[in-house]
Amino acid sequence: MAAEDTDVPQLSYPLEIPKLKCGAMADSSPYAASSAHQADLGFPGELLPDWKQRALAKIKELAETNRAFQVYLDACVKCGACTDKCHYFIGTGDPKNMPVARQDLLRSVYRRYFTFAGKYFPWLVGARDLTKEVLDEWYSYYHQCSQCRRCSVFCPFGIDTAEISMAAREIMDVVGKGQKYCNEIIGKVHNIGNNLGLQEKALRATLEDLEEEIEEDTGVSVRLPLDEKGADILLVTPSADFFAEPHIEGLIGYAKVFHEAGASWTISSYASEAANFGLFIGSHENMQKVALRIRKAAQDLGVKRIIFGECGHAWRVAYSFLDTLAGPWDFLDPNFPVPQHICEFTWNEIRKGTLNIDKSQNDHIKLTFHDSCNVARASGMGEEMGGQFEIPRNILKAVCNHFYDMPRDTIMESTLCCGGGGGLLTDELMDLRVKGASPRMTALKEVTEEHGVTHMAAICAICKTQFSKVMPKFGYDMDSILSVHQLVSNAIVLAGQDGVDDENVKEASVTN
Amino acid sequence: MLGTVYAVLFYAATAVLLFGLVVKAWTYGRIPAPLRIPTAPAPKTRAGVFWRMVREVAFFESLYKSNKWIWLFGWTFHMSLWLVLARHLRYFTQPVWGWVELVQPFGTYAAFTMMLGLAGLWARRVVVERIRYISSPSDHLMLALLFGIAVSGAMMRFVAHTDIVAVKSFMLGLMRFRIGDLPPDPTLMVHLFLVAVLMMVFPVSKLLHAPGVFFSPSRNQVDNSREKRHVAPWSAKLES
Ligand code: SF4
Ligand code: SF4
Repeated sequence: MAAEDTDVPQLSYPLEIPKLKCGAMADSSPYAASSAHQADLGFPGELLPDWKQRALAKIKELAETNRAFQVYLDACVKCGACTDKCHYFIGTGDPKNMPVARQDLLRSVYRRYFTFAGKYFPWLVGARDLTKEVLDEWYSYYHQCSQCRRCSVFCPFGIDTAEISMAAREIMDVVGKGQKYCNEIIGKVHNIGNNLGLQEKALRATLEDLEEEIEEDTGVSVRLPLDEKGADILLVTPSADFFAEPHIEGLIGYAKVFHEAGASWTISSYASEAANFGLFIGSHENMQKVALRIRKAAQDLGVKRIIFGECGHAWRVAYSFLDTLAGPWDFLDPNFPVPQHICEFTWNEIRKGTLNIDKSQNDHIKLTFHDSCNVARASGMGEEMGGQFEIPRNILKAVCNHFYDMPRDTIMESTLCCGGGGGLLTDELMDLRVKGASPRMTALKEVTEEHGVTHMAAICAICKTQFSKVMPKFGYDMDSILSVHQLVSNAIVLAGQDGVDDENVKEASVTN
Repeated sequence: MLGTVYAVLFYAATAVLLFGLVVKAWTYGRIPAPLRIPTAPAPKTRAGVFWRMVREVAFFESLYKSNKWIWLFGWTFHMSLWLVLARHLRYFTQPVWGWVELVQPFGTYAAFTMMLGLAGLWARRVVVERIRYISSPSDHLMLALLFGIAVSGAMMRFVAHTDIVAVKSFMLGLMRFRIGDLPPDPTLMVHLFLVAVLMMVFPVSKLLHAPGVFFSPSRNQVDNSREKRHVAPWSAKLES
C-alpha cells in the first residue's frame, strides 16, 4: 500500500515554512466513485460528453446561489497571508496546497468565463480555459484539502478555501467525476442509516455487548437503549462509536454520564449516524437528506431533546446547519438548545455535582487536547463565545490531574488539522494524511518534550481514526489518542460501583 | 481642449466606478447565503459582528494575526491612502471643511508612507517565493498603477508645483457640469490619467476586496444558528 513508501516529514517547532516543491503531490488522487455509488446520490455515473458545459453551468449557479462563492472568488488580493497556514502545504511543500493557490485552480476558470477581466485579458489575471487537465488537477488538489478553515481565520477577508473545495467537489460530482470514499458512504446512510452500513440487528447486538462489558467492569448495570419510544433524549453519534477504538470507550463514557444523571435516552437505528458527508462534497441536497433522517427519528421516537456525540464535522452540521436543513424543531423541549453537544451535557452535570469523579483514575496519563477543526472554527458550544474551546478543556481538567495545552498557535481557532478530515480518511490517501498530520504531530512532540505528555484527547471520530493510524509513524502508540468521554468514563465512580476501582484509588494514594 | 478630454475621462471613470460598485454590491447583497458559516469563534450578537468588522477594516485584525510584515506594509499603505484621499477633498470643496484643513499636513506626508507601504508589498511579491508563485501580471500592474499615482502626486507637491488653483477650479467646475481648463502640466496629466484608470478598473479587479469584505459570510454573520432559524429562499423550495 502507498502508506509504506511514505516518507514521514521531520519538522520542528516553531513550524518552518517549506521551500516550494512544485508538483510534489500532483499524483495524489483518491479512487473514483463507481457509477453505482454516483447513482445513489443522484449524480451521473461517469464523465459526461458535455461535462464542460455542465461544469460551467454549475459554476454560474453557485455564483448566483451562494454568496460566499462569488465574494471569495472576487475578493482575494493575493496578499499571501494564507500561504503558510495550510497543514498540507507545511507537510508537502507543494505550492498548490497553499490555500490561495488551491482557490486559484477554480478562480482561474471562473475569471475566464464569468468576469470582464478574464474574458478579455486572460493572461493578465491568470485566467484559463476549462480543460480535461484542469479537471484532473481539481480532482487531485481539491482532495488535498480537509476543509479545515484554518486559512479562513488568517485571511483579511475571511476567504474560506473549504467553501471553494466543497463547491469544486460538487461541480465534479454533477459532471460525473465523484470520489469513491465519500459517495459510497453517503449512499450507505441514505439506504441503511449509517456510514458503516450497520443494520439494526448488528447495532442492537453491539450495544448489548457493551452493556455486559460495563457490568463486568463495574458491577453496575448501565443501559445503552436502542429505539426506545418516549425517551427524553435522542443521542446521535458517529457510527464509529459503535465499533472502533478509542471511539467506543467514549460511547461507554456517554452511557455512564447519562446513567449517573438519571437521564432517559436512546439511540435510533434509523438515524444511527451523526456524520454527514454531504458537507464534504458540498451537496446541499444530500446533506439535507441525511439531516432529515434525524428529524424523522426524533419525531418517531417522540423525544424531547437531541444530543450529539463526539464528532467534529457532524457538530458543525448540527450546530450551524441543522435548524436550517431539518428544522424547525418546535416539537422539542424549548428549554434546551437544539441540538446539544454531549460535552455541554456532561459539563453541566459536572457543575451540578451529579457525577462522582475520581481524578486519580487518570493519573497514568499526561494529557493534551486536540481541537478538531470543525468544532473549533465552524461551530460553538455553550452560551459563551469560544465555549467550544473551554467546555472540553473544563471537562478534561475535571477528570484528569495532568493537563497541558500544546503551543497557542496550534490550538483553539488556530488548531492544526489531524490531516484526515473533509472526506480524505481513506487508505489510498495515506501518504497525504501522514504529511498533513506532521504539523500537528510536531506541536504534540513539543509538549511531550516539555511536560512528558503521553496522550491526546479529541472529540471527533475522524480525528481519532486518523491519529490512531498515523501516530505510530511519529513514535507514539496507536492508543495514545483518546476520546474525551473515555477519560470521563475512567474517572466516573458509578453509584454502587464495586471494589476494583477502590483498590486503584488506594494504590494511587499510597504512591502519592 | 485638454480640459474637455479630461472632463470626459473623469465623467466616464466616475460612471464606471459608481455603476460597477453599485451593481456588484447589489449582486452580493442579493445572492443568498444559504448556510451559516461565520469563522468561529464568532460574535453572538449583531453589535459583536459590527465590532468584529470595525477591527477588520480599521486594524486588519486577521492580517495582523497572520503575518506581521504583510500587515505592516498593507496597513501603512491603506491608512496613508485614506489620509491622502481626505487631504484631496480640499480640491472638491469650497470653502474647505475644517477637518480637511486639519488633515492637510498629515495627508501631505502620507504620500511617503504610502509609497513605503507599496514598496514593501511589491518587494515581498518579488522576493518571497510563495507570493511570487501566486502573483499574476495584474498584481504587479496594480502596484505599478498605485505607485505611479503616488509618485506623480508627490512630485507636484514637493518638486514641481502645478497650478493648483486652476486644478481646483477645474474640479469644482466638473462637479457643476461646467467644463473649464486644466494647466498643461505633464505630471498633472499623468497623475489624473492614472487615477481615472484606477477608478475604472476598480469594479472589475481585485479591488473588489473593498466591498467584498463587508459581504464576507465568514466575517459578517452572527453566531446564532441555534437560536434563530435561517433559511435561504432557494433552499426553502427543496423542503417540501
Ligand atoms: S481549508 Fe484547511 S486544508 Fe483546505 S486549504 Fe484551508 S487550511 Fe488547507
Ligand atoms: S489571505 Fe485571503 S486575500 Fe490573501 S492571498 Fe490568501 S485568500 Fe487571498
